[in-house]
Parts: sequence; structure tokens; C-alpha cells
Amino acid sequence: MKGATIGILGISKAFGSFAALNDVSLDIRKGEFFSLLGPSGCGKTTLLRIIAGFEQPDEGSVTIDGINVLPLPPNRRHANTVFQNYALFPHLSVFENVAFPLRLKNTKNSIVTAKVNDYLHLVELGDHAAKMPSMLSGGQKQRVAIARALINEPSVLLLDEPLSALDAKLRHHMLMELDAIHDKIGITFIYVTHDQSEALSVSDRIAVMYQGDVLQVGTPHDIYESPATNFVAQFIGETNMFEGTVRASMGQMYVLDVDELGRVVVTDDRIYEVGERVSLTVRPEKLRISPDEPRVNGRSDINVFEGTVDEPIYSGFQSKYYVRLSPTVVFRVFKQHSDYTDEEHDILWKERVHVSWSAKDGYIVEGHRN
Amino acid sequence: MQKKRFSFSKTSFIASMVFLFVPLVVLIVFSFNANKAPVLTGFSLVWYQRLFTSSRSLWNAFFTSITIAVTASITATVIGTLAAIGVHWHKFALKTYVQAITYIPLVLPEIIIGMSLLAFFSGSHFTLGGVSVNVGFRLNLGWLTIFIAHATFCLPFVYLMVLARLDEFDSSIIEAAHDLGATEGQTLLKVIIPISMPGIISGFLTSLTLSLEDFTITYFVSGVSSTLPMAVYGQMYKGGVSPVINALSAIMILGTIVLALLARNFLKYIAANG
Ligand SMILES: Nc1ncnc2c1ncn2[C@@H]1O[C@H](COP(=O)(O)OP(=O)(O)OP(=O)(O)O)[C@@H](O)[C@H]1O
Ligand SMILES: [Mg+2]
Repeated sequence: MKGATIGILGISKAFGSFAALNDVSLDIRKGEFFSLLGPSGCGKTTLLRIIAGFEQPDEGSVTIDGINVLPLPPNRRHANTVFQNYALFPHLSVFENVAFPLRLKNTKNSIVTAKVNDYLHLVELGDHAAKMPSMLSGGQKQRVAIARALINEPSVLLLDEPLSALDAKLRHHMLMELDAIHDKIGITFIYVTHDQSEALSVSDRIAVMYQGDVLQVGTPHDIYESPATNFVAQFIGETNMFEGTVRASMGQMYVLDVDELGRVVVTDDRIYEVGERVSLTVRPEKLRISPDEPRVNGRSDINVFEGTVDEPIYSGFQSKYYVRLSPTVVFRVFKQHSDYTDEEHDILWKERVHVSWSAKDGYIVEGHRN
Repeated sequence: MQKKRFSFSKTSFIASMVFLFVPLVVLIVFSFNANKAPVLTGFSLVWYQRLFTSSRSLWNAFFTSITIAVTASITATVIGTLAAIGVHWHKFALKTYVQAITYIPLVLPEIIIGMSLLAFFSGSHFTLGGVSVNVGFRLNLGWLTIFIAHATFCLPFVYLMVLARLDEFDSSIIEAAHDLGATEGQTLLKVIIPISMPGIISGFLTSLTLSLEDFTITYFVSGVSSTLPMAVYGQMYKGGVSPVINALSAIMILGTIVLALLARNFLKYIAANG
């Protein structure tokens, strides 16, 4: 496998008195598609620029394949960057933009032509070699930037929100293409984004960042199903969050007394003390909404609550319901539609409904701070 | 049916064209006049003949002007371009002050620039606690002082034109060049200078014009040397405007038009081919 491992150890960076990164450590594996995900201003770009060599950290180290790269300027690191605004050279044609790194090394013309054509082919731009960057569409510019960054055969490709300037359709298409390119050339990708659906759909692993801290590192599945903190739970997808106290435990099953809601059961393989305060999260798509009382058949691991539909929102492939269970507690519920799965009639505004979920679909979030 | 209406923009366009070009046409027409008086009497090439056969001092002044214009413009272009690049991409203390100061020569009356340069070249000094402090150089007024003065007042024009061009680009293309393997020197030669080229050329051409036509500042620092504007002024002072000067002007207008067209095509070529 090509690609490099990247070690980020105890990186801190402040701009004036503002701490942009606090003691960030990450281990990125060979050939991994690794995403840095977080809201605007959380320090993703700063971390990427430190890896690329455009910024020096105040503390910590960065290694690529075990070699400390902090003393090296950007042109001596085996990492290349795809910039958010493409950063194409406006005075050079598409061909010469991609050829730029080779020209710097005085590569023979025949080799340049062959290699540039290969990479233009890889990004499906073979027919546009002679054009100037100003004549290209946003998606095409992005492809040129990718080909240009890859032609030096770096062991790491750094991508800073490469798709954010594209429209939704094209963004999805380019994302799939990036994924395909990653599979084909097998080098390590570090992908910065604030869009959780982008990160979830292509990453091998994701680091969720918030205010200069890494809150959680894990596979998309881990991060979605087992968020480490309240912030992660709320940032990745939509969710319902509650605070409560542990009342009893039976093996991996816990009974919580959720504030303003009451008794809720949840399974969790970690240990919690009776009396401990915890956060509970349940994803809206794991809830069942029904006009009639669901048939529980005596199972004790199903939570059932009754409420009123505050607001049904139709959004194409699914409906969202805001269900008020108590004056202060509102549940978000997602429901898919099809003739086959809809057992009951349509749920209406102000209707009394039952919301239910299994103890296995709830999740206790450990970190209380965020 | 379209009615003919008074159009302000059309009228003012025509008026400005008339005021710009009619005097030039008149000048060219009179350079072929057979008479010295401002009355057209017939076609003749006598002024051109006299320009090329018996206007030694005018030609001397012309060549002095051209030499100074070319050397001063090249100097101003090199220094101004590097200054713009340095100021644009490097952060340093007092950067905003440096940027503000560069505008001053543009708004300062020429007479003040001329006087201050003269004071500078005459080796001004003052005594402080018994020590004599030089605040200028003692230079004989002449070719060299004109050259220094012209390079100096052209500098901010080049600087600002190159800076305006650089402002169109995000610093990420410089980072991209470094990222792709370019050293500082390669980035300068292969990215920064090429993208600044339209600004550099406009700055150079503006400098040429400014230097060729300058009278006020040159008057202060020229000593015994004479540039073209000064020679023309001298002749008029002595015996009124000679049609020989009309002939020289006509040739220079032609030269300017050719240069402007060349520059325009060159800029177009750069825009299309990088
Ligand atoms: N050169 C700088 N000088 C001062 N502050 C900076 C500088 N660069 C970044 N910051 C600050 O550091 C914080 C992190 O910035 P960064 O660009 O890394 O955020 P980000 O996660 O990439 O955000 P976005 O998603 O908006 O791009 C921000 O609050 C930003 O204002
Ligand atoms: Mg950013």
C-alpha cells in the first residue's frame, strides 16, 4: 500500500491570545481517507496548514512516515494540497498548470506530456488541456487542482473543503469521484469539511473537532452511533438529547429517570453508578411514531411515550414530526413513507400519537462538558 | 420608428473626443504648412527638412530625454515591482504606514518634489551639537540628477499599478506554488512576475510618458543639461513657437500611437496565452 502514516502529537497553535488548536494529537494510517470535521472556526484549516507547512505550531510535532517534518518548508514535504478556492495559476493553461511541478524539476518534455495526459485522464479532463483556467467551470477547476496536486505522486493529499464552492449535485458527484481516485491511487487523504454527510459517506475515519479540540476520532459508524460527547451527537446528524439520573441497572440495561420525562430504559456496555447524571441521545429515525398504542407484548426494553404532533414537515423522502411529550420536551421523529410500510393512516397536526423506541437504540453520552 | 433624442453620454463622448484629438490634428496639419504664421498657406515639408538638417540642439535634447526616460523607467519598474511584491506578500511592522507614504508623491505638487530634490542634491546639511549631519548628496546637476529624479517620481506609479494587479490574486496561488515544489526564486520567476506582467508593463509605459513630458521637476534638477520639454520651452521663450517643433511633435505622436498599439497587442497576447 502506498501513502504515508501521519503522526500529529500535542499540536497547539495560538493566534495572538486566541487558541486555535489545543494539544491536538491524531494518528492517521497509511492510505486512509481521514476527515477533519467540525463547525466553522474550529481549527480544521489551521491543522491542515500546519501539516502542509504553511503554518508553524507553537508546540507539538508532525511526522510523515515517522520523520519530523516541522523543519521542512512546504516544497520539501511529501504532501500536496488542494485549495478551497482551487488556486490555479491564471497565466497557465490547464496542461501547464498540471505540468507545473514537473517543469520545476526540468523533466523531459516527452515525460511531461505523457504524465500530464495520464493525470488529466484520471480527473476526466483530457479534452480541456489547452484551455485557460478562466474558461473552466467550478467543477473542472477543482479537477485541475486535484490533478496538479497528485502529479508529484505525494504520499499524502490534503484537501481543504475542496467541494464547498460547488452546487449540491456536483458536490456529491465530485465526492464520489474523489473516493474513486482515492481507491485507485491508494495514498493517504486528509479531507477537511464542515459537512457531516460528506464526511460520513466517504471517510475511513473521522476526527470531530470543536473550538480547537479533537472531541472524537472514529469510523463514521462509531461517530454516528456512539458519539463521545453531546456536541458530537448533535453535530453529526440530528438527534434528541436528554439529561437524566441513573436509577437502577440490570446487567447492561439501565433505568434512567430522565428530567421532565420519567422512566427510560437504555442498554450500554459501559459501567454507570446508580445516582450518576448522564446524557441520553436517541436518533430521530430510530423512533417509531404511531396513532395507536404500540403492541409491546410485555417486553420491558421498549420505551413508550404519548404526545401531540406540534408540526409535521414533509421533506420528500421522509416526514419529520415534532412531537410534544410535555410542556418542555419535544421529540424529533423521522418516518419514511411507502404504501407497504405505512400500516396506519397519515399522522396529522395536533393529533395524539405514541412515540416508542427500543432500549438498544438509545445511547448514553459520557462527556458532559460539550 | 425611432426618434432622435439628445443623449448625454453620446454628446459628452463626442465632445471629449473633439477636444482631445482636434488639437493634435491641427498640430499635424500645421507641421506641413508652408508658412511660419498660424495661417495655412500651402503644403510643404520645409519644417521636417529643417528638423532633420539644422536642429542640432533639439535633437540633443530629444536623445537626452529618450535616454533618461528609458533608463529611469527601467529603474523605476524594477524597484517598483519588487517593492510591490514585497509589500503585498510580506507582513512586517509599519506596513500600513509604508503603504500610505507611497501615495504622497502622487498628490504632492511637482514644484515641491522639484525643490526638495534640488535641496537634496545640493548637499544640504545641518549642524547638531557641533557635528555636521549630511541630509543629501552633493551632486553636480545634470544627466545623473535628472535620471535620479525621474526614477524617483515614476516609482510610485509602477508600485501602485503592480500592487493593483497583485490585489486581484489570493495569496493561495503563492502557497500552491510552494506546495508544488517551487522555491522562493522559482515562485517569483514562474508565478508572481508573470501574473504581475500587465501591471509591470502599464507601469513602465506610464513611466516613459511621465519622464518624457516632465518639465517642472526637471527644471529644478537639470543644471546645464536640457531635455526635450525644456528645449522646446527655451525656443518658444526666445522666438515663439517654431513649426519645427510641430514637425517633431507629429513624429512623436506617430511613435506614441505605434507604441500604444504594440503594448495593447502585447497585453492581449498575455491575457490569452499567459
Ligand atoms: N492567521 C490568523 N490570524 C488570526 N486568527 C486566525 C488566523 N487563522 C485562523 N485564525 C483563527 O483561528 C480559528 C480557526 O481557524 P480555521 O481557519 O482553522 O477554522 P476552520 O475550522 O478551517 O473554519 P472554516 O470551516 O470556517 O474554514 C478561527 O477562529 C480563526 O479566526
Ligand atoms: Mg477552513
